[in-house]
Amino acid sequence: MADLLVLDGIRKSYNVGTPVETEVLHGIDLVLKAGEFVALMGPSGCGKSTLLNIVGLLDRPTSGHLFIAGEDTTLLAEAALTRLRGHSIGFVFQYHHLISAFTARENVIMPMLVDHGRPDAPMERHADELLDQVGLGKWRDTRAMNMSGGQQQRVAIARALAMNPLLVLADEPTGNLDTASAQGVFELMRRFNLQRGTTFLVVTHNHELAAQCDRIIDLVDGRLTGDRRIRAIDRVSRPG
Amino acid sequence: MRRWLTFAWIAALRFLSEGRMQTGFILGGIAIGVGVIVFMSAMLTSVQTNFTNRVLTSQPQIQLKPPDEVARPLRRHDGVVEAAIVQHPTQRILSLDQWQTILSSMRGRSDIVVATPSVSGSALAVRGDASRSIGILGMEPDDYFRIVRMPDYIIAGEPSLGTDDILVGIDLANDLGATVGDKLNITTGPGGSRILTIRGIFDLGNRGANERNTYVQLRTAQSLLNLIGGVTEIDLTVVDVYAAETVAQDIGAVLPVKAESWIVTNAQFFTAIWAQTLSSLLIRSFVGLSVAFGIAAVLIVSVLQRSKDIGILRAMGSSRGKILRIFLIQGGVLGFLGSLLGSFMGGIALFAWYRLARQANGAELFPLVVEPSLFLFSALLATITGVLAGMVPALRAARLDPVEAIRG
Ligand SMILES: Nc1ncnc2c1ncn2[C@@H]1O[C@H](COP(=O)(O)OP(=O)(O)OP(=O)(O)O)[C@@H](O)[C@H]1O
Ligand SMILES: [Mg+2]
Repeated sequence: MADLLVLDGIRKSYNVGTPVETEVLHGIDLVLKAGEFVALMGPSGCGKSTLLNIVGLLDRPTSGHLFIAGEDTTLLAEAALTRLRGHSIGFVFQYHHLISAFTARENVIMPMLVDHGRPDAPMERHADELLDQVGLGKWRDTRAMNMSGGQQQRVAIARALAMNPLLVLADEPTGNLDTASAQGVFELMRRFNLQRGTTFLVVTHNHELAAQCDRIIDLVDGRLTGDRRIRAIDRVSRPG
Repeated sequence: MRRWLTFAWIAALRFLSEGRMQTGFILGGIAIGVGVIVFMSAMLTSVQTNFTNRVLTSQPQIQLKPPDEVARPLRRHDGVVEAAIVQHPTQRILSLDQWQTILSSMRGRSDIVVATPSVSGSALAVRGDASRSIGILGMEPDDYFRIVRMPDYIIAGEPSLGTDDILVGIDLANDLGATVGDKLNITTGPGGSRILTIRGIFDLGNRGANERNTYVQLRTAQSLLNLIGGVTEIDLTVVDVYAAETVAQDIGAVLPVKAESWIVTNAQFFTAIWAQTLSSLLIRSFVGLSVAFGIAAVLIVSVLQRSKDIGILRAMGSSRGKILRIFLIQGGVLGFLGSLLGSFMGGIALFAWYRLARQANGAELFPLVVEPSLFLFSALLATITGVLAGMVPALRAARLDPVEAIRG
């Protein structure tokens, strides 16, 4: 199976060149295969979010190389990174960051709109399909701020998938939800992973949910300390 | 979502309509600013236009007169002035030398519309026990009334003049207790006296002129002032009223006459206009500046409030340029909508002022001159101001680090 994501000696320091310079990631080597559903675990402050931001091209590593689908992203200029991010990566954040001024449907359309520039009928259809799949078809015209946490997180998942990305990065997507909603949201991501072959990298503190993944990676103080495969990925690779 | 809008417009309009309070207050602020500017500009234009019109239709734009008589001091052969104190000679009423030639050369110029001769001097008007000193102006009505729109100012009688007729001002008529059809005894130093009939009474809107100015036929004045065959001045109107001074200087340079333009004789008026224009320009700039600061302040707050949204949009792949545009558009839209509201408010204020501010007799103070271009111009200016004011907030939004913004 193809390597979707390759991290090669990724280091990240904050406050570079000042007396308080601190290295948060101390040389991360990691390979994610296409179609994997991976849990990233570790104590608070160990650098999980930092790693996710680097993988998501929101932040640059201080040194090391990051390959996405074979391309060395450390060589790309900002505009190219932005485009790659829009096309290949979907985000789900802990505090279900929808844009509160927009409705559920508009939030899902947003990544497509950013890419195409103008809304059109196929976009709206696609957004409605995704909302149906996350079980919120009836809520499409509700403003994000009027939805519950679990609902917002489902919309966020639909939005993350809108551009049919290669990789979805989720930073504690269930951290703010009750157990039942958390399980629901997790299953939803898992279902998309199985149906579409989208790769997921999910940060979680929840061992029960982690146990349902393909693979668990442990990060402690900026170093990878464990990498357990729980089940083999034997399904067909991503269509299209 | 409107299909015809682009991403930046959709986001900008939604952010504006979402922050209803902020948007409402700043629109109110912009509207008041633009309203004040519109009101002031319209007022100023009206006052200036009306004053200029009045001046231009009640006096010639250029007058050609005989040059001042000067006394030449005696000099010895080596150039030393012998009589150091020179007394200014008395200025007699003199006829313009060669006036027929000058007149026809004036009529031949392409930058001159009307050229007509006139005779002026002072006299005493007597009726019964009352007498008043007056100025009499003799002219050829057909041409002269194209310069001074006497028919517009006549309030009783008519502006037609026979050789024994006279037009007088309303205040002179009141002082002498005379009305149309009454006779006045006009006496001058050099020419004796004549009985003239009041044909019409005018109101030039100026007390001094209404007390002193009287108009008679050219021949009547020539005989009264003992200037048979002569004229004391040639009155002109020009094609471009604001070029009158240049034309006057041009004429003065080639002909042996003193050419005075209305720009020089009304120098005070022009100084007043200049001061008014300058101060209103200052006021308008400062109002515009405070509107700009208001827009910038509101947008800065909006950037802070929406920094998470901006972070998400960046995570979704919107470039810094698109984020920049979202906030510039907000600034422009605020400026534009504010100026529409402000134009409307300014228009209402002008209308209210026009209805309420009246002369004692209920007539309008002066007609309002409101040009549509004023509204277009202020809308354009407000929009540009809005975009410029949005610059700082927009740059701030575009420079946000998405990681920081999302972590919030
Ligand atoms: N901008 C920054 N400047 C300086 N230090 C930072 C910055 N961002 C993060 N850090 C530090 O880097 C370390 C890792 O932070 P990070 O947010 O990646 O941890 P985390 O594993 O996601 O923690 P949590 O589970 O609490 O979310 C922390 O010690 C944090 O203080
Ligand atoms: Mg974190």
